[in-house]
Amino acid sequence: MTRWLGWLAALGLLAGLAMGFGYAPKDAVQGNVQRIMYVHVPSILTAYLAFALVLIASLGYLFTRRTGWDRLAHSAGEIGVVFTGLTLVSGSIWGKPTWGTWWTWDARLTSTAILFLIYVGYLLLRGMVDDQERGARYAAVVGILGAVNIPIVHFSVLWWRTLHQPPTILSPERAPVSASIGLALLVNGVAFALLFLYLLSKRLALRRLEEEIRA
Amino acid sequence: MSRRGKFLLGGGVIVAALAYMIYAGVSQSVVYFVTPSELRAQPVAGKAYRLGGMVQPASLKWEPRSLDLSFTLSDGKTSVPVRHKGTPPDLFAEGRGAVVEGTWTTEGYFKASLIMAKHSEEYKAPHGDEAQPGYKELLKTLKGQGNP
Repeated sequence: MTRWLGWLAALGLLAGLAMGFGYAPKDAVQGNVQRIMYVHVPSILTAYLAFALVLIASLGYLFTRRTGWDRLAHSAGEIGVVFTGLTLVSGSIWGKPTWGTWWTWDARLTSTAILFLIYVGYLLLRGMVDDQERGARYAAVVGILGAVNIPIVHFSVLWWRTLHQPPTILSPERAPVSASIGLALLVNGVAFALLFLYLLSKRLALRRLEEEIRA
Repeated sequence: MSRRGKFLLGGGVIVAALAYMIYAGVSQSVVYFVTPSELRAQPVAGKAYRLGGMVQPASLKWEPRSLDLSFTLSDGKTSVPVRHKGTPPDLFAEGRGAVVEGTWTTEGYFKASLIMAKHSEEYKAPHGDEAQPGYKELLKTLKGQGNP
């Protein structure tokens, strides 16, 4: 299962690369720089997916106290942090040539940075509490409260004045995107989701081994 | 009420309060940029502002030798003249959105220290010959004929 996911993810990412660089035309206004979108947007969507899983698994853990839920929350949290980091870095690289700055404290960028810090804190907390059961309980509370920030990040560009443009994906209005660019984005989105599932499945297996060694 | 019910209710209240506090707090205190109308309403000379608006058509002047940039930012009702020394970002152009950081001067213009260009959430293929698939663009770039 894990191996299959790995191959599917690899194929998807190759297809995404081909679509992003070989198929989709450059953007009329931004030129080739716009292709960073094919990494930037799937990254944050994957991070949303990961943190939504943390929320569900944390609720599951608090109600059932089964280790399986905790294992899922922890693993998804780790991967979510990686993809949020990727979003911040790719966004910064995209921002310099288009906006003219690497970083600015507008609501979207600030709330995304906070999202990153919340889940870094979530992982730190897990490492700090020695008692496994207690650590899992505390982390679950943070995993639930932290999810409040996900809609804030997404809708920040609609609620406040920002430098960042409004959302193209998951937007209340239909996205003004050429079909070829939209298709390339979709392929990359699916590829990133597959990569996430592969990493998650790997990490879950690893955690199971860790637990066996500790027991 | 069961223990679980109380927990759910309490948790729900905390989450709702937290969400509201963040929303209300940020709405009030974090105005990322002021509009030309808001700046004109109560301008304070020497105070640092971020000013956002549309670069008014036919207002943009740039001296590539001295790097003197001047333009007018407008919100449709009011406009503010802006001056800057430096090179604007590539996407900065007339009829597009921009956010500038700087101070209001007593001489009646905005002295910008940083120019940022806004871009829209539209992603469209260019028209005509330019609208070629990416691999042709890539080949051109590899041969050193494409633009970055």
